[in-house]
Amino acid sequence: MAEQQVHMRVWRGDANGGEFKDYRIAVGEGQVVLDVIHAIQAQQANDMAVRWNCKAGKCGSCSAEVNGKPRLMCMTRMNTFEPGETITVSPMRAFPIIRDLVTDVSYNYQKAKEIPAFKPKAKESDGTRRMYQEDIDRVQEFHKCIECFLCQNVCHVIRDHDDNKPAFSGPRFFVRLASLEMHPLDSNDRMELIKQKAGLGYCNITKCCTEVCPEHIHITDNAIIPLKERVVDRFYDPIAKLMGLFSTKNK
Amino acid sequence: MAQEKYETHEYDVVVIGAGGAGLRAAVEASAQGVKTALVCKSLLGKAHTVMAEGGIAAAMGNVYPEDNWKVHFRDTMRGGKLLNNWRMAQIHAQEAPDRVLELEEWGALFDRTKEGLILQRDFGGHRYARLAHVGDRTGLEMIRTLQQHAVHKGIDVYMECNLQRLLTDGGRISGAFGYWRESGKFIMFKCKAVVLATGGGGKAWKVTSNSWEYTGDGVTMAADAGADLMDMEFMQFHPTGMVWPPSVRGILVTEGVRGDGGTLKNTKNERFMFNYIPEFFKAETAETIEEAERWYEDKRNNRRTPDLLPRDEVARAINSEVKAGRGTPHGGVYLDIASRRPADYIRKRLPSMYHQFKELADVDITKEAMEVGPTCHYAMGGVRVDADSTATTVPGLFAAGEVAAGLHGANRLGGNSLSDLLVFGRRAGLYAAEYAKGMSGSLTVNNDQVESFARDMLAPFESTGNENPYTIHADLQQCMQDMVGIIRVESELNQALEILQKLKQRAKNVKVEGNRHYNPGWHLALDLHSLLTFAEAATLAAIIRKESRGGHTRDDFPNTDAKFAKVNIITRMRNGEMTQTEEPLPELPDELKALLEEKK
Repeated sequence: MAEQQVHMRVWRGDANGGEFKDYRIAVGEGQVVLDVIHAIQAQQANDMAVRWNCKAGKCGSCSAEVNGKPRLMCMTRMNTFEPGETITVSPMRAFPIIRDLVTDVSYNYQKAKEIPAFKPKAKESDGTRRMYQEDIDRVQEFHKCIECFLCQNVCHVIRDHDDNKPAFSGPRFFVRLASLEMHPLDSNDRMELIKQKAGLGYCNITKCCTEVCPEHIHITDNAIIPLKERVVDRFYDPIAKLMGLFSTKNK
Repeated sequence: MAQEKYETHEYDVVVIGAGGAGLRAAVEASAQGVKTALVCKSLLGKAHTVMAEGGIAAAMGNVYPEDNWKVHFRDTMRGGKLLNNWRMAQIHAQEAPDRVLELEEWGALFDRTKEGLILQRDFGGHRYARLAHVGDRTGLEMIRTLQQHAVHKGIDVYMECNLQRLLTDGGRISGAFGYWRESGKFIMFKCKAVVLATGGGGKAWKVTSNSWEYTGDGVTMAADAGADLMDMEFMQFHPTGMVWPPSVRGILVTEGVRGDGGTLKNTKNERFMFNYIPEFFKAETAETIEEAERWYEDKRNNRRTPDLLPRDEVARAINSEVKAGRGTPHGGVYLDIASRRPADYIRKRLPSMYHQFKELADVDITKEAMEVGPTCHYAMGGVRVDADSTATTVPGLFAAGEVAAGLHGANRLGGNSLSDLLVFGRRAGLYAAEYAKGMSGSLTVNNDQVESFARDMLAPFESTGNENPYTIHADLQQCMQDMVGIIRVESELNQALEILQKLKQRAKNVKVEGNRHYNPGWHLALDLHSLLTFAEAATLAAIIRKESRGGHTRDDFPNTDAKFAKVNIITRMRNGEMTQTEEPLPELPDELKALLEEKK
């Protein structure tokens, strides 16, 4: 493939405002959007702000919106666009702008702090902690999360509603809560938090989060819906409620 | 006064770097009851550990009950061509299983054996299946577990904060100085002890698995503060990086592919590794394909496939095959698991490799062979430390993980890095906390020192030069790739030194545009100092070691030399100049010597 020129429109600016700037740059074989952003940075705009680390879809740093779609820039191949197509790159919309493609994602780190920690059950009599693969498969799916926060970015509960943020943890943290709730060794109880402070009820399962997950985690089906069912079982099922008076936690 | 001029924080222990070693150190220091800060250049959870794939080496004996710390010790020492610090190798092998179980205690979910225990996988240079793992994303599990644990322990975390210089008071550590990436404003820590957990300097090479963070900061800060560096000539080139397309060249392909049954082949469809079994590993390596095939299922009666020789051996072999004209058109060799294992098994064991090749190279690894070649991966050398306490030669300065030297000798075995982070990260936190508790009297920060650091760091804005930091970095990477790569020769190393001197001059004329607000051009301009320091130390040490051993291969001295088997190359920075000396290795006790002499 011969080198070809592309037309990129990249959002430049900060919290006070900004605009799309045009760049024309050569694209090499196999390149991804992040390569092109790096080339612009090295050749035309040394100070263009962008986050990245692994460049292989493993760290979740280079999240942005490419032609309006939330994506990891390192996993978006340039050859997926039509020749001659203008490619627009903008920062994630749900988070405050720091500069150019870099946003303030501290909301997510705050939500992570609010989740009660993993608390293991006692060891078995032989000193081991036996768990079977079939019992952890579903939790291992949740542990694939690379914290790119694209699911948070696309979630309509907070995307255009900053005011919902204090009362809503977002899909990433529903996945985290589900991973703790379904962990065979965990003994902490987070149901009250899930129902109240995490705001699970705001989610009306439109599956936007699942669609953008670069790790293909079934966020809605495997994490959010089972959590919703647990909330219903715990708080709204009269028989379970009666039983709950006599037992502690049902994993 | 500097304290008032710049944002200042006071701690007992400041940990720089939040990969596995830094997180584990911070958790331990905090558990010891000292006031602890964790400072990292990226967001929390994005450090290089997140990219580790294959697993954590620990002789738990869950798959092979014969395994124990003695065998792990022996494998580590032999993998390092016996240049390892024996005491570090012993501590590492003894403590790794507890550190893995501790992660489970904190919520990690490793893949399981049928009996419900932690499953262990085969890896290069390890006699038994020894790596605790989660598919091929073990690093992610490890960093997330440590991160969540640290957050719940209430440790103060300073994210996207780049510490660049250590402050000293009468030769002791008194703090650290750097900048917030977001605002560009300076920040100062006053503290009794610093733990360096900053990783290596692999970003000085062009084809590399390392991210932008790997700029040799820790090594440089330590050297600038007067600490000894050791073994800087030993860089690991991982045998299997992606080679095509060009934009992904260098991205890591886990050794787990070979651990799980993949084999290396040249364009003549030969399993060429059988032609590259060195004398040193003959007794423990299969000589025929038949024996190698039997080994996967029966390790007691068969010897290991040469596909799983230590990384230095495999990287050299691939290099030779390509040079001999048996490489792929893109300059690599084939790594084939598609024809050897069922598609479902491959997707289950190697999900992220499957994904990576599919998305980035249009290759389905369940149907076709991968194309791979060596990529710069890991620094065995770094800051010289005390084996038990991780103390450097500067009082109050500790170092753990890739930034520290000694454990891996001349070559690191796969899987020994994650265990290193846990074992020595914990020890660094513990001994830094002890040191801080034991320190009486107050520390003062030298304002002249701080002001001179601040001036240096702002110089690129005021420069009258016109050098682009990205261009200097690219030229450095090309130089190290071409002249201080897998195969080295004196004339080229000397040439590299000349180029490095010119690059140092050019770096003084670096000019950045824009302002201090989240400005990657400025950040890179500041990183050039550490990249160049790391590169120079590596090149100088490579010139002195006139032999081939582990991750250091000299075309002009192709064999090992008994004289160099007994020494480490020590690098010191004195008055802005690097000096190097050969110093004797610590003497191995007889009972450990006996372990090494056991055959097979």
